[in-house]
Amino acid sequence: MGTLFRSQEMALCQFFLQSEAAYCCTAELGEIGAAQFRDLNKDINAFQRKFVNEIRRCDDMERILRFLEKECQKEKVPVLRLGENPMAPMPRELVDLESTLEKLEREIKEVNVNFEALKRSNLELLEMKYVLKKAQQTFELDGMAVLNPESKSDTELLGTGHDATQVHRGVHISFLAGTIPLIKVEAFERLIWRISRGTVLLRTSNIEFPLEDPATGDEILKATFFAFFQGDTLRVKIRKVCEAFRATIYPVPDSPAEIREMSIQVMTRLEDLKTLIGHTQQHRHMVLLASAKNLDLWEIKVQKIEAVYALMNCFNIDTTQRCFIGEAWVPHQDMEAIRLGLLRGSEKAECSVPSFITPIKTAETPPTYHKTNKFTSGFQAIVDAYGVSTYREVNPAPFTVITFPFLFAVMFGDAGHGFIMACLAGLLLWKEKAIMAKRDKGEIATTIFGGRYIIFLMGLFSIYTGLIYNDIFSKSFNIFGSRWYPRTSIYNLTMEADKLAGATFQLDPTPNALLGSDYRYEGRYSIGGPYPFGLDPAWAMSSNKINFINSYKMKMSVIFGVFHMAFGIVLSCFNHTYFKRRVNIICEFIPQMIFLMCMFGYLVILIFYKWTKFDASTSGCSPSLLIGLINMFLMKNEPNPKNQDGTECHMFKFYNSQESLEKALVVVAVLCFPWMLLSKPLYQRWRQGRVAYSTVRAAGSDTESVESGQSRSPTSVPDEGGHGDGHNEGFADVMIYQGIHTIEFCLGIISNTASYLRLWALSLAHSQLSEVLWNMALRKGFMMNNIGGAIVLFTIFAWWACATFGILICMEGMSAFLHALRLHWVEFQNKFYQGTGHAFEPFDFKKTHSTARLDQD
Amino acid sequence: MGALAVVLITFFWLAVGVVGPFVLPKRIHDRGLIRVMLVLTAVCCYMFWLVGYMCQLHPLWGPRFNPKVLVAMRREWE
Repeated sequence: MGTLFRSQEMALCQFFLQSEAAYCCTAELGEIGAAQFRDLNKDINAFQRKFVNEIRRCDDMERILRFLEKECQKEKVPVLRLGENPMAPMPRELVDLESTLEKLEREIKEVNVNFEALKRSNLELLEMKYVLKKAQQTFELDGMAVLNPESKSDTELLGTGHDATQVHRGVHISFLAGTIPLIKVEAFERLIWRISRGTVLLRTSNIEFPLEDPATGDEILKATFFAFFQGDTLRVKIRKVCEAFRATIYPVPDSPAEIREMSIQVMTRLEDLKTLIGHTQQHRHMVLLASAKNLDLWEIKVQKIEAVYALMNCFNIDTTQRCFIGEAWVPHQDMEAIRLGLLRGSEKAECSVPSFITPIKTAETPPTYHKTNKFTSGFQAIVDAYGVSTYREVNPAPFTVITFPFLFAVMFGDAGHGFIMACLAGLLLWKEKAIMAKRDKGEIATTIFGGRYIIFLMGLFSIYTGLIYNDIFSKSFNIFGSRWYPRTSIYNLTMEADKLAGATFQLDPTPNALLGSDYRYEGRYSIGGPYPFGLDPAWAMSSNKINFINSYKMKMSVIFGVFHMAFGIVLSCFNHTYFKRRVNIICEFIPQMIFLMCMFGYLVILIFYKWTKFDASTSGCSPSLLIGLINMFLMKNEPNPKNQDGTECHMFKFYNSQESLEKALVVVAVLCFPWMLLSKPLYQRWRQGRVAYSTVRAAGSDTESVESGQSRSPTSVPDEGGHGDGHNEGFADVMIYQGIHTIEFCLGIISNTASYLRLWALSLAHSQLSEVLWNMALRKGFMMNNIGGAIVLFTIFAWWACATFGILICMEGMSAFLHALRLHWVEFQNKFYQGTGHAFEPFDFKKTHSTARLDQD
Repeated sequence: MGALAVVLITFFWLAVGVVGPFVLPKRIHDRGLIRVMLVLTAVCCYMFWLVGYMCQLHPLWGPRFNPKVLVAMRREWE
């Protein structure tokens, strides 16, 4: 348990890195990830630091990489993510990387611009094609009728082909043709009608196929229009309107021959353009494909470079000796690894003068570092969520590994649901590597995946507790033979049916009864004694099951509560021993333990005693433990009533010397209160008096020996600090602190023990919920005995399964999780846990990489 | 009466919780953690079973049944 029992021993070290080797050494430190650096240049602005240029260049490169990634996503080019971990590149590689990235950016931007231009001309040509086609139709079919209804020859109008204007009987008819987005057509028509006062003829027709907008890539519906008018003023007006509506005007000739010629030209140009666009797209794809291969590696490299420079900004620069000085917290265990890393870095930079670290003494509290693996990190996380443990105090996490899933299972208590939970978590464990490689899974999924080991253990323990509660999807198993057998013939089951309806019979377990007991100590497989593993299955079908289960579970909760809290107090003793606060062992640990044991330890013993000493023959006379406890504190000693046959009925006193023992326990418990309250402050006061006396007596030597004796104890011992003051204020503070602590403990013992009753409450709720689900849903599905019943059962099972998963497993699971967590955080940890430390945040490339990814996403 | 169940289960959890930590091979890196886990599991699970066993040693009163259930019990469970 060595690594996880207490946090790691840390030392504050000074790093001396030679200027040439500084970059490489820092990169090596980042790979090892075992040092938490302090910012020695806190008062310097971010823009005045030494490496601000390099960081700016890195930011630039990151911007280019983000741009490339977006382009790859647009082109649907998959980016290779092999999960490789390249080393941080040397500074000279940085320049190469920069130039490569800039070249790539320029190339892709150029290609994009070209592509857009090509697409634009493609669009224009397409529109031209449609306009020409429409023009052909318009002029060939009914152009004659529109333009000149009185003309007889069709060549007159269309024959000249010089100019758009036709001179016929002094009438100049010209036209403009173009395209306009479909949504604007109506407004366009209306406006043209208004400004021309109805003298312009406007013909619009939709283009069947949507056209692609070159800038955005969206599809737009457009329509062609032909505006026929007379005179130049109207032409100017129409042009202005077209500009306003962003309609494009195309020069269309009016002779069919010219139109045909132009159409052919447009077609050929379109074909050329199509091949050109194809080539450009292919080229773009190739460039992106080539860059996608290295994109991941580049990203990681750039992040590492930036992290290294950011850290180097925190170093002090000693220009006279040409070295960088940094300060960091380093775990003792990893000092050797760091020394080797610095050696490697110096070798890489080909620097002859070595870089080294030296530990320095400090009075600051080191950060708390728990070395966890993938199994324990989840449990450490839920402990740290309440508070990071103080430096070198006992860590509750290794114990939480078992007690947390166990207390959850006591509250969850269903083998079937536990099995499903264990299977789901097992699936997560099986596919662990694949899921870890995925990038963004969403917050809930990440949380659940992080707790997969916790959920797996919760499921396994739930199977165990479910088998003991004999509750599998609210049904019971009769494996070993139920001990309840209705033997007595006083149950007159031959009564008429109407008298029997609604009647219930209660079995009588009185041993050696004349007519035979309904409870026998034998079953299947010749295993004698009561039902050997778990609750007897007869209870599952009885109507007074809850009365029995309540008594059982409440007593079980109190027993486990007392054990859990006693364990917490014992852990506080470990803390006192380690921090050499022997006074605390005598003044806090012993009275706390005695107080707990006198009150609730005695209750636990009584619970076990009552289970063994009383049976159904004296069931009317069995003592009520709760009333007995209350009477114990009130020191009320009621005499036992007498039975009918003269024997004593043990309702209040059930063993000899009970009165004197209980009185003694109460007195001892009450005496523990002033013991906890006063002994420590008085002792400290007495010690201060002695120290002051000896200081007055012998100037120098004595105090030094006393003070040095005090400083030999490990760091962060707040209690002993009061020695130095030696004034009345110190004593008052200690008194107040001790008073609060004592009252909190004493009242807390009672309330915390009652708080453990939630183990009973939640398991009752869970079993009732699953029973209701069975009674109201699945049982009804078995009622029909034909084909229809099969279909009904099929549907009802689906509903039952969804409700079981959603309500019983997810909701009840979360609820039990929360309550088990609360029991640990409050009832268990307030016996020993300080939780005032700060977490160790080392300079680690893995962490910068993952946070950078989170920021990006 | 019926000491078989008590003996078996007690010895099983004794093996897990008392013998197990000593038998665990030394080369396992997380040996300390696994020993703590074994002891805690044995204590918790044994206590849980023991409480369930002892509360049924001398039951003070019995379950109450519908007559149909009683008839079914007499027929099926013997």
